[in-house]
Amino acid sequence: MSGVEGFMYPNEIELQWSVLIVLYPFITGLVAGAFILASLERVFLVEAVKPTYRLALLTALAFLLDAPLPLQLHLGHPERSPEMYFTPHSTSAMAMFGYVYLWYLMAVLVLEIWLDYRRDIVILSRKSKGLLRLIYKVMTLGSSNISPRSLAIDEKVGWVVTLIGIPSAFLLHGYVGFIFGSIKANPWWSSPLMPVVFIFSAMVSGIAAVMLLYMSATKMRRKAIDMRCVDTIAMYLFYIFIIDFSLEMLDLIHRIYEADESFRSLNFMVHTRLYFSHIVIQIFLGTLTPLILLFLTQVVKLTEVLRKRVYATSGCLAMIGIFAMRWNVVIGGQLFSKSFLGYTTYKMALVTREGFLVAIGLTILPLIFLWILVKLLPPWPEQSLHAPAPGD
Amino acid sequence: MNISRRRLLILLPAAAVAWESVLAGTPESSPNYKMSEHWWSMLIDIPKCIGCGNCVRACQIENDVPEGYFRTWVERYHVTDENMTSPDVMSPNGGKDGFPSVMEDHGKYFFVPKLCNHCADSPCTQVCPVGATFVSPDGVVLIDQKYCLGCAYCVQACPYGCRYIHPEKRVADKCTLCYHRITKGLTTACCEACPTGARQLADLKNPNDPIHAFLKTHSVQVLKPQMATGAKVYYNDLDGSVR
Repeated sequence: MSGVEGFMYPNEIELQWSVLIVLYPFITGLVAGAFILASLERVFLVEAVKPTYRLALLTALAFLLDAPLPLQLHLGHPERSPEMYFTPHSTSAMAMFGYVYLWYLMAVLVLEIWLDYRRDIVILSRKSKGLLRLIYKVMTLGSSNISPRSLAIDEKVGWVVTLIGIPSAFLLHGYVGFIFGSIKANPWWSSPLMPVVFIFSAMVSGIAAVMLLYMSATKMRRKAIDMRCVDTIAMYLFYIFIIDFSLEMLDLIHRIYEADESFRSLNFMVHTRLYFSHIVIQIFLGTLTPLILLFLTQVVKLTEVLRKRVYATSGCLAMIGIFAMRWNVVIGGQLFSKSFLGYTTYKMALVTREGFLVAIGLTILPLIFLWILVKLLPPWPEQSLHAPAPGD
Repeated sequence: MNISRRRLLILLPAAAVAWESVLAGTPESSPNYKMSEHWWSMLIDIPKCIGCGNCVRACQIENDVPEGYFRTWVERYHVTDENMTSPDVMSPNGGKDGFPSVMEDHGKYFFVPKLCNHCADSPCTQVCPVGATFVSPDGVVLIDQKYCLGCAYCVQACPYGCRYIHPEKRVADKCTLCYHRITKGLTTACCEACPTGARQLADLKNPNDPIHAFLKTHSVQVLKPQMATGAKVYYNDLDGSVR
């Protein structure tokens, strides 16, 4: 059969997990990373990143709403997916998905956004007219008390929710890493480092995404970019990227040095079928290049214009690098035979249910969600109706 | 209760039709079969396999296996002194149509029939998010296809490549050890079709099963023992190069 080299078990030739399953960890990673950035301001009191606080929360929500869609489209029987809630299998890592997702969506993200925006929602429900007024009225959930005491309670509860949200974001994405890392049949996946690598790579992609969204949205709105804010974000991006890269290299070096029975097969794959996506895109273009660029901004005094360009370039490259990492994990893990004697090829279809166009659509969809959310709940500091809370 | 003759004549055919539909919805009964009395496994005697592909064909007919997918297949190994750790292996169309003639004279050739190992600690049942795949009390790994989501996590978790997603049903599919046959006292389709007796269905809970004597007197191994899956397909004279 074309595309097969060496020997594959006959049922292995066709890949089971497609580009949609690549998208899933990429999207949840953006959610987790964006939330961690938001928590920097709220819990770790990094005041400089405040202009992105609300945008980061809305970004996390927009991508979280999109996250289950690639999974649903991939299932052979999506209509049976509620069974995961009703009859979850206690030994399955995947059975956790529904609960982790709902917990994160409802108990963390929606609650935090609601608490933070409650005052704005109440004021908007009074000022707006027509359908918009009704929407805001529903969004108040009947809670229209915006007295200073009430807002102070919102602030305190919001802080607690963010505090719970940090381990929840780690859980959401660490769990995705565990789904792969716990498959002992697949040596490319099976690693206790997998959840940790997933968490740090999620933080890289989420922080880069919010930084890019903030910069591009501010430019589109013809406002000045808060350089203190993006400088701080870029600094955090740089340090977290170093940790992420170190972990990935540790995993790689460990595999090379240990050189177990699967090594020859995996090594061959990295040097042939995964060479472009792993070595060229993920490591050189998507990791080393942005790391060097970000390093330069930390040690060399660059002009504001140059710094903006460097941040935009390294942010884009980091996103590409993290997407390539997800691709190499999901697709790469299925390209070799579990007999370690052969290799297959992934052929992405164009217009099928799991094809290229659907993947593009699912990548654009969260941006549409975000546009709607931003229109409903403006996250920009100068439009904020948020009075400084007591203690701010 | 008073039923007139006329009323009885109307009711009887109706009752007969109703009873037919009740029977149609009832699984095929195996009145004398007790799950707790069996622990099924299979013995593969590698030196006896001639690579005829009868087992693959029988399985595909018996279980209506879709074209291009395999509940069982046969691999041919060619091991030489130089490639003991990376042997030449082939399984054209799962060995269904036999194998091309051997051209090279050096090294050794042998056939290895493969199927679901019906693992006691099966990684595939562990990962199923809804428990649609399970180990039955008599030791057979089965799938409830009316419940399976078709997520393919089990396909990823099987170290032996025994599962696939059925292209029409869009659910996981694999060898059932011909459960519909063995619960009626028959053997599996592959064992029945094997002309050399290379495949033998075995019941480890049956003290009179010949497998007990065989295991005592032969060098028997399971595939990938390092995976610790509790595989129950036992191979006699398994070469170290087999993956």
